Amino acid sequence: MNIRDVVGPLSLKVKTTKGDLEHTITGCYISDLLSDVMANAKEGEVWITLQTHPNIVAVAALKNLSGIIITNKRTPEEETMRKAEDERIVIAVSPLSTFEAGGILYKMLQC
Amino acid sequence: MTQERHIEGSFHLTGGDFTNAGAASSELKSVLASLSITQEVVRRAAIATFEAEMNVIIHAVAGVMYYLITNDFIKVVLNDMGPGIPDIEQAMQEGYSTAPDWIREMGWGAGMGLPNMKKNSDEFKVDSVVGEGTTVEIIIRIKEGKTQ
Repeated sequence: MNIRDVVGPLSLKVKTTKGDLEHTITGCYISDLLSDVMANAKEGEVWITLQTHPNIVAVAALKNLSGIIITNKRTPEEETMRKAEDERIVIAVSPLSTFEAGGILYKMLQC
Repeated sequence: MTQERHIEGSFHLTGGDFTNAGAASSELKSVLASLSITQEVVRRAAIATFEAEMNVIIHAVAGVMYYLITNDFIKVVLNDMGPGIPDIEQAMQEGYSTAPDWIREMGWGAGMGLPNMKKNSDEFKVDSVVGEGTTVEIIIRIKEGKTQ
């Protein structure tokens, strides 16, 4: 399963152009605490968060995450987008809540 | 016999510069990834150094991150001009933080930084003088014979 596969189910709008949408999603981590993501997210996981500032890109890059999904119709800051393109990190936004997005992803990952 | 490795470098860190936060750790991670060092060691170094870098950006006016990579270990020393830590034992407790609210709203300041650094280091040392600054030393040993 990759980011492209979850675009429909999560009603995602992919905001970046350079990230790899074929990157395999090995799991999902949900947190708005960046140190928690640094400590506990695993390589290849997709990260669901409400945070929109540029530091999320550094976290995703350092942890080799497969992408960032920002929920609740939030929009990434301009600087976040610039950094994401530089680092080739996929950022997608979803109108769903974190609970809904996480629930759908959980089911998809069980299959 | 393999040649002794000795790679060193340093980065200047500017307090409050959240835009470039993580740049030093990312660059160090790239250096490590280009060497025959296990992914696990690179991962631990990335976590520990990023947390240390963030602490300088959150709390200090400025700082320097110095690194040394040999065949046996990675050593990273962060020296900052910051407020200092009055009680290091308390600061090391998970959940304890002095970060202001706006930092917490960014998802930092959960009191996980120093514990994360310690967990991912083989040797970890904090020295601090209130009103002068803090020095953090991280040593991660590189296990021989594994390249992936």
